[in-house]
Amino acid sequence: MATVTERERGAQTHPDIKTIGEVNSAVLRVLEPPKKLWWFLFGLATAGVGLFAFSWGNQIINGIGLSGLNGPVGWGVYITTFVFWVGIAHSGTLISAILFLFRAKWRQSIYRAAEAMTVFAVMTAGLFPLIHLGRVWHAYWLFPYPNERMLWPNFRSPLVWDVFAVTTYFTVSSLFFLLGLIPDIAAARDAAKPGTIRKTLYTLVSFGWRGTDRQWHHFGKAYLYLAALATPLVLSVHSVVSWDFAMAIVPGWHATIFAPYFVAGAIFSGVAMVITILVPMRKWFGLEKYLTTKHFDAMAKLCLLTGLIVFYAYLTEFFMAWYSGEAPERQAFWNRLFGNYWWATWIMLTCNGLVPILLWFKRVRHSIPALFTISILINIGMWFERFVIIVTSLSHEYMPFAWGTYRPSVTEMGILVGSFSWFFFWFLLFVRLLPPVAIAEIKEVVPAPMRPGRRHEVHG
Amino acid sequence: MSARQGVLASYDYVDAAVEAIEKLRGEGFEEITAFSPFPEHHIERALGYGASPVRLFTLVGGLTGAATGFAFTVFTSLDWPLVTGGKPILSMPAYVVIAFEMTILFGVLATVIGVFWNMRVPDPRRDIVYDPEFSAGRFGVYVTAPADRVASARKILESSGPARLEDDPTGESHG
Repeated sequence: MATVTERERGAQTHPDIKTIGEVNSAVLRVLEPPKKLWWFLFGLATAGVGLFAFSWGNQIINGIGLSGLNGPVGWGVYITTFVFWVGIAHSGTLISAILFLFRAKWRQSIYRAAEAMTVFAVMTAGLFPLIHLGRVWHAYWLFPYPNERMLWPNFRSPLVWDVFAVTTYFTVSSLFFLLGLIPDIAAARDAAKPGTIRKTLYTLVSFGWRGTDRQWHHFGKAYLYLAALATPLVLSVHSVVSWDFAMAIVPGWHATIFAPYFVAGAIFSGVAMVITILVPMRKWFGLEKYLTTKHFDAMAKLCLLTGLIVFYAYLTEFFMAWYSGEAPERQAFWNRLFGNYWWATWIMLTCNGLVPILLWFKRVRHSIPALFTISILINIGMWFERFVIIVTSLSHEYMPFAWGTYRPSVTEMGILVGSFSWFFFWFLLFVRLLPPVAIAEIKEVVPAPMRPGRRHEVHG
Repeated sequence: MSARQGVLASYDYVDAAVEAIEKLRGEGFEEITAFSPFPEHHIERALGYGASPVRLFTLVGGLTGAATGFAFTVFTSLDWPLVTGGKPILSMPAYVVIAFEMTILFGVLATVIGVFWNMRVPDPRRDIVYDPEFSAGRFGVYVTAPADRVASARKILESSGPARLEDDPTGESHG
């Protein structure tokens, strides 16, 4: 163990971690009283949440007319941002569940932060249908119950499917996140000073976890089953979101490729967001040993793969519009490229089609500043993708007399900016309160401590 | 129970803990609890675990969810048959989406209930056998035995070189 060859280093996911005990101290150090920078960011996020509350409150009091929504564009920034945040959520579940089933060991370092991101992104996304409703006090109409004439909701409507998909997703991703946290909260509990509020809190939330063989046995199996259930769920949720569009006979929406196209886009944007979040987290909390260039390289490859699928889907859409020979369909796509919203389409094509090409180069994948920049560009591109799909299609349907334009209002922009603040508000609280790197799972991939001077098989 | 006594050993090394467990089982001690900071396959193998009953919870939960999803959509459609969009009253392909989401939701809820039930948590007992080092880097082996056999269990635990050895005269904290 003392001297490790370069080859052995290469085979390990975390070659610089020497003992499993140091994982606790390194990760739990993040939870110590924060520096000024954290307070600054937290203050900024809180101010943004204030803007969010003000904009929404104003809209509740004065009505949905404060938004730019009007015929023919009835879906605008709110639905765009809803789809954006649901998409962001997806990579968290991909990393925690799908990569778990594939035994991708590099996920251990990043999955906790990615899962937290999922939960907070769904919390953000879930607000947008309510904001978009206008009369939010009727929000309970979303739930399936019979109205006063005993008429039930129409289960053929993709909007009803969406309610089921998003609420299920929020419940499942929260439970998955909290269950995975139990052993690590127990580690935080054991390290906390007696008599502090933290100690009491962690004691309550760790449910008396002791790391016994019985607990690990059932925990491991339950985790596997949850991952197996979350995997089809994550693929289904964004498919259902895509059907909100694809089930309607609007040119630019009514396409069978929408489900896989949206799922790939969701993972593309989500992985980019994970990179955006992890780069500063790694630097500020000194987690370089835990989030190595290898991890960023793997995430960049995932981005590249999903980015290529997304770009292929764009090209397919344009091809199908031309090949179908349908005038409205051809019109819609011509309008995308050269119509009122040409700039949005070209931002989308540049950020999601051209920029990821850089990820083919290993030098780019291994450069943290380059990845950080690319990830932000991808997120901008993916927001515009949804904007393009929704707004260009609605503004330019079949009848020329019904064509129109849409311009987001100040209220909508306030809510858009505020949604990012709301997301980062929760994330900043999360890195202060809960271990942001999975302690127990890192220990699984670090070589187990063996008595020196004895022959033994390598721990796998 | 009160006739039983316990011993708790903490080890710095996995193989020492595994060796202690194997020797204890070889000598006929079965009331063993192991502690580890992460799921350790060698320890699980040494204790001889089979399948976890959590999978039954998952299966039953998932099937209940699927049945509920279909039953609910079918019942509500038949409760007030109203043709929309020229589609059949029972539009099964559309209901698959609802049933699918309910399958996952019920399956997950049942799994979470199942794992808490099987792990025996939450555990409100406070005077329980534990060492805070078990969540950091140490591996523990706790064994209970009738009072006359405790000394030999203690000897086995000692032979693997524990970092700490502690007696538990009540022997009631087996988890």
